Amino acid sequence: MTTTTENMHLIEIQDISKTYKSGDSEVHAIQHMDFYIDDGEFVGIMGQSGSGKSTLLSILGGLNHPSNGKILLDTLDVYNLTSEQRADLRSEYIGVIFQSFQLIPYLTVLENVKMPMAITGMKAKKQHEMAMSVLKKVGLENKADRLPDQLSGGEQERVAIARAIVNNPPILLADEPTGSLDSKTADEIMSLLKQLNEEGQTIIMVTHNPDACSHASRTITVKDGTCMIH
Amino acid sequence: MRLRNISFNNLRRRKAKMIFLVTGLLIGIATIVTLLSITESMSRDIEDRLDQFGANIVMVPKSDDLSLSYGGISVGGVNYQTVEFDEARIPEIRTIENSNNLGMVAPKVLGTTKINDRNVLLMGVEFETELTLKNWWQFEGSPPSQANDLIIGSQAAATLKLAVGDTVKLGDKDFTVAALLKPTGASEDNLIIGDLHQFQAVLGKEGKVSMVEIAAFCRDCPITELVLQVAGKFPEAKVTALKQAVMSKMQSIEMFKNFSYGIAVLVIAIGSLLVFVTMMGSVNERTREIGIFRAIGFRRGHVMQIILLEALLVGLLGGVLGFVAGNSIAAAVLPFVMKNGTFAGVNTTLGGVSVLLAVSLSLLASLYPAHKASKLDPSEALRAL
Repeated sequence: MTTTTENMHLIEIQDISKTYKSGDSEVHAIQHMDFYIDDGEFVGIMGQSGSGKSTLLSILGGLNHPSNGKILLDTLDVYNLTSEQRADLRSEYIGVIFQSFQLIPYLTVLENVKMPMAITGMKAKKQHEMAMSVLKKVGLENKADRLPDQLSGGEQERVAIARAIVNNPPILLADEPTGSLDSKTADEIMSLLKQLNEEGQTIIMVTHNPDACSHASRTITVKDGTCMIH
Repeated sequence: MRLRNISFNNLRRRKAKMIFLVTGLLIGIATIVTLLSITESMSRDIEDRLDQFGANIVMVPKSDDLSLSYGGISVGGVNYQTVEFDEARIPEIRTIENSNNLGMVAPKVLGTTKINDRNVLLMGVEFETELTLKNWWQFEGSPPSQANDLIIGSQAAATLKLAVGDTVKLGDKDFTVAALLKPTGASEDNLIIGDLHQFQAVLGKEGKVSMVEIAAFCRDCPITELVLQVAGKFPEAKVTALKQAVMSKMQSIEMFKNFSYGIAVLVIAIGSLLVFVTMMGSVNERTREIGIFRAIGFRRGHVMQIILLEALLVGLLGGVLGFVAGNSIAAAVLPFVMKNGTFAGVNTTLGGVSVLLAVSLSLLASLYPAHKASKLDPSEALRAL
């Protein structure tokens, strides 16, 4: 990862579109989107259900090939890479916080957090130190040996955040991180994300909740597959 | 944390799932092992029974004279001097190279004597051996238990008007009629059958044997080879193989084996399908997990590694437990399937093949869905999220 310069954005979205075929008809989930995200930004992508915001997030995460356009990540054309190269890119550059946590149910909190490091070849001791360090950051170091179903929703979300940041990825993608939480827990999670951002973490968050977006430094509103930048 | 930890923890913490998978494999493998073990035990038992069912090698003294009987009817009253074997040499038969293929060895002494001025043919036998060899004989009365007991052939009994319990004087000894042989349609109908040593004394042929019937079964060698080996030990004997008897034994066993193997193939096919469907279902259920793995940067190879390691462990466990269960079931079931059936023992080769089969099936069954799942676009897999 090179350092972004004044004229170089961390992520550049260049005229991307995504069209799904449904029988004989076509659904335009995203149409001609153009924007950029700089290093250290906290960008909120807001929109109603079905507006195309989750599709946009999956494209940004290298998970979903756009029908047209380019995504440049630190000048690297993401979709010019092979599927396996994109997997390596995700492992190194992108942390993902999934909607509804998506923890692996048969792994403990600590093991879930260590999971992204299982393919890095990092020594066990170092993995343990790093995992415990992020668990401490999210306030769950004393619940490292619990299984996900022994945790509350807010705690599970924290584990999901710890797993997403354990490899120190430059970009953190969050898909509705407060979607399944009560308002108090949602505030706690947003504060945690805000804190991470203040420590320099670039965050791109998809949400339909305007309150959540109030923590973001910039909001992109998605409507009918097109975007409006605020 | 390594990829193997994910596999181990999945199996360790999802016990119900693992038990379901292992049970699927266990049932398939146990069924195959049970069937094959029962088949093997039954084949051996049938071979053993057939071995005892009549003689297939006859050893008689060599003679330059032609036979003077046809179809059991004597066509001449010519007597010729017979040569006999020394009884002490009979155990030498069991020193041939293929002695393991020998079953019963039944020596006999033959000779004539007079009862009530009628010529009768006596045959001295070792009762225990003879009765096992001629297990189709049926009696009126009880099989002989004493040395001075007699079995009287049906024709001889009618001619001599003998009944069970009668006393017969042969030479200077008294014998008791223990049983009357029901008609066999063979030479035995005309005989008086008694203990070998008692009749040797009556006939004045102490230590002599007129002929030997041998029940042999050759699973690994041709019967003619056995005949040559026996003839080599007894140059003065004429050793003849009753090939027809051997061929019918072989055919019976082959038919049974072919039938069993046919069923085994069917069971293997059904067992394989069961394992395949179970493993496929298990991997397909994990699409969501595979989506998460891929989304956080796991390569296809990493996903395959996790799934195949699990399949390998499940296969090993299912194979070993299936083999143990199969043998236990076979041992428990055999006495009900077969009268006096005994378990042929644990076949280690079958054990190796069972475990290999279980692992291969488990891996093969997982390979296709794992490959399919790992090839899924992560966003497609994540739609399940």
